[in-house]
Amino acid sequence: MNPNKRAPHVILLTILVYFFLYAPIFVLVTYSFNASKTNIVFTGVITQFGDLKLVDGNVMQSPCGPFHWFCELGKNQEVMNAAKNTLVIAFISTFSATVIGTLAALALQRYNFKLKTFSEVALYIPIVIPEIVMGIGILTLFSQIFSYLNNSFGLSGDGRLGLGLTTVILSHITFSIPFVTLVVRARLQGFDQSFEEAAMDLGANEVVTFWRVTLPMLLPGVLSGALMAFTLSLDDFVITFFTNGPGSTTLPIYVYGLLRRIITPQVNALSTVWILVIFLAVFLLQWLQNREVRS
Amino acid sequence: MSDFAVELRNVVKTFQTPEGGSVNAVDHVDMQIRNGEFFSLLGSSGCGKTTSLRMMAGFEWPTEGEVFIEGQPQGHKPPFQRPVNTVFQSYALFQHMTVYQNVAFGLEMEKTPKKEIASRVGKALEMVKLTGMEKRSPRQLSGGQQQRVALARALVKLPSVLLLDEPLGALDLKLRKEMQLELKSLQREVGITFVFVTHDQEEALTMSDRIAVMSFGKVLQVGAPVEIYERPNCKFVADFIGDTNFLEGEVRQSEEGQSTVYVPRLGIEITGMSQRQFASGDRVVMSIRPEKMHLSEGEALNQNCFEVKVTNSAYIGSDTRLEVEASGVKLKVWEQNHISTLDPRAYHLSDQRLWVSIMPENALVLPPE
Amino acid sequence: MLRKLRENKSFQGILLISPTLLFMIGLLILPLILTTIISFGSRNSDGGVIYSFTLDNYIRLAGFSTSCDNGATSCFDPLYAQILWRSLALALETTIIVIILAYPLSYFIARASAKRRNTFLFLVLVPLWTNFVIRVYAWMMILRTEGVLNGVIGAVFGFLHIPFTPLNMLYTPGAVLVGMVYEFLPFMILPIFTSLEKIDNSLYEAAADLGANSIRTFLRVTLPLSMPGVVAGTILVFIPVMGTFIVSDILGGRQVILVGNLIQRQFLDARDPTFGSAAALILMVMTLVVTYFYTRKFGFGEEIVIG
Repeated sequence: MNPNKRAPHVILLTILVYFFLYAPIFVLVTYSFNASKTNIVFTGVITQFGDLKLVDGNVMQSPCGPFHWFCELGKNQEVMNAAKNTLVIAFISTFSATVIGTLAALALQRYNFKLKTFSEVALYIPIVIPEIVMGIGILTLFSQIFSYLNNSFGLSGDGRLGLGLTTVILSHITFSIPFVTLVVRARLQGFDQSFEEAAMDLGANEVVTFWRVTLPMLLPGVLSGALMAFTLSLDDFVITFFTNGPGSTTLPIYVYGLLRRIITPQVNALSTVWILVIFLAVFLLQWLQNREVRS
Repeated sequence: MSDFAVELRNVVKTFQTPEGGSVNAVDHVDMQIRNGEFFSLLGSSGCGKTTSLRMMAGFEWPTEGEVFIEGQPQGHKPPFQRPVNTVFQSYALFQHMTVYQNVAFGLEMEKTPKKEIASRVGKALEMVKLTGMEKRSPRQLSGGQQQRVALARALVKLPSVLLLDEPLGALDLKLRKEMQLELKSLQREVGITFVFVTHDQEEALTMSDRIAVMSFGKVLQVGAPVEIYERPNCKFVADFIGDTNFLEGEVRQSEEGQSTVYVPRLGIEITGMSQRQFASGDRVVMSIRPEKMHLSEGEALNQNCFEVKVTNSAYIGSDTRLEVEASGVKLKVWEQNHISTLDPRAYHLSDQRLWVSIMPENALVLPPE
Repeated sequence: MLRKLRENKSFQGILLISPTLLFMIGLLILPLILTTIISFGSRNSDGGVIYSFTLDNYIRLAGFSTSCDNGATSCFDPLYAQILWRSLALALETTIIVIILAYPLSYFIARASAKRRNTFLFLVLVPLWTNFVIRVYAWMMILRTEGVLNGVIGAVFGFLHIPFTPLNMLYTPGAVLVGMVYEFLPFMILPIFTSLEKIDNSLYEAAADLGANSIRTFLRVTLPLSMPGVVAGTILVFIPVMGTFIVSDILGGRQVILVGNLIQRQFLDARDPTFGSAAALILMVMTLVVTYFYTRKFGFGEEIVIG
């Protein structure tokens, strides 16, 4: 029993902060049904279903009714491309970072070698420096390398090396590895090695032991790390901003670009869809975590 | 073809200490384990018994010396290349597999055909009395059941040698005693050499054909339980196994088989048994087991005999355990309660003056520390 | 041979860590070294780099410009120093406000029943997982002159028949501060919550048993034990805020320029990567110095990091 639990000022502040957290989201979602094309003032929800009809910059009628902007979103090729890129980058970088990070966690937790301290420090760096420093650093590296290679080999046109999906993926892997390593390593700390000894005793060599015994027992930690890497990649703006090129636009970059150009409720529709997807994903994650806790 | 299932020749295992030095966990050990025997490594923590076992299994490699299994030097062979299997103290059952999958694992590694696996697993589970538990997961089993699965998992591979690392440690007393007998009869049934590590001397005495008593990385004595108990070769072994009384003294006369020792603190001479000849004047220690000392109301002739006062007594049921004192020396005496009686005098209350007598063959003369 | 590999544990370790090292050295350490080298260079007409050794960029950042308005060869222009200072101030303000707002909420969640706790946490996580850029945009909609906030206030004032001119909130330092606080609030809530949750209930009971009232208990028991969480949260907030540029770009427009914006512009608009690199390096050093002294005093709080 603790004295401060039901203190009224705590509850009041709590409600205010939750309100603070959700008000912008509420605004965002509401405006995705805005009839006004310029999306500055909320003029009302589109109510009529039918052919597209515009009056004074307001959509009065639409084949999709209130969901007009969502339909527009669906037709927007650029958004679809950006979404595709975002997912491709996230999956590839997550998979790579998870594999690499898990191996690193094993190395750091179970072995001693000369470069150990150096590796641990190196893995700590992305956490303590601002993302922008890493972003421009990678940009500088790639641009110097590319200009050198392009000049040396006389590449031009389509053959020119430049920023693109590959550079983004590589940089995403780089900032994800430390997080995966951290999570998996924590999991390894309580790990009883007699299971692996038992497997080897029964005839499994090192690789089989890892695959059949170590990895399955480590899986919850590995999946946690993977999930973390996935969200980091999906959400990343700064590093992607500096390492992307034509054709590798991701959703956050795309939205940022839109904000500097024309803002229609389509941006809100995109935001709403995004929020919904995240909501479901977080729900799923919590559910999975609860399952793990129970077992 | 070697006579021995397992042999250790001059094996040393050195570990680095955190402070920067090194320690020999196993210190020049020679050991010969015969085919088909139940051999125990007995000692307290840190004596090197587990390390020795792990070197047989292949989890550690000797710093010096060689481990032989069935006459073959094992060198730096990893565990999966050795014809031995281990039962771990913590059982180490694979939590993400069922009982069946656990037991079948080793056979899978041997690429045994599925049908054969099924039949062999079935037989193994039958042998440990766990038929019907195939589909359970280790989490659903009791400690005793888990231990049996670990046993089945190792035995199903029909290894030449089975290594057991304090497998009964986590079980409660009653279950432990049951399992001790079961393991012993199981070993006789399958005829495989068992190498058993334990710190419990009663356990070792119950189950083993031979015991190796270890301390600080060295093997002090190897022998059958009776030999270890009745003829310990040094003070440590005499003290470690069972209970005993020690009397320090000086040799007056000695020949192989019998020696007479003067015990200054008691002021008397005691004639005892010696396994070798000592020189006159040698400092020695006599070991006399409490159950071998006899109390009577009068002096006995032809035996070592002296007067004592009973200072304490504990009634155990089957025997009475007394503490007696003579000239300031405290001794333990255990008397079996032969006759069922409620007469308190039969249980030797304190303060009684009695005579202790010791037959010479019950007093063992040993070298001092 | 396989046997050699098996026996050499050290080599096995190196093998396992080699891909990581490849990435960390290639895409982290090398870029940082390159950035440092370039910061001592100068730009050529194409916006590329001339490798040389000159302290011009740093001198400029310190405020001593070599090209002055009045034609003099050196003058004091504190522009960049001001930008650095502004970023530092904003980072500190944001951190403090975030701590003040996050603490009661974390406390509330930590003291809630286990079942409800998950729901409350979930509610905190959802905005966090919504994209950064989208959340900033939301504030743009709210703080605009014709935006939601003005609309709501205007309606209230109108109802009370008080004349009301819409407030100019967007493109001000205040807007940037609000945006920052909003962005990073969840990052402070989670660590503080974690450390509060770890406090055993029996500690409160013991304090009460020994005669402490609720304020005393809070100050002497709760607060000190929750410090690791506050520290972890501070690191998670302070460092990103120092380097941010989106929030100031979208909510501050041209009015609020932070180090992040400065760097961004050098690399994209002004095309002077050498100057941008120098600024980035200064940013990194500043951040590391503050973080170092902070953790020296308060510890790392790393036990909190893995939520």
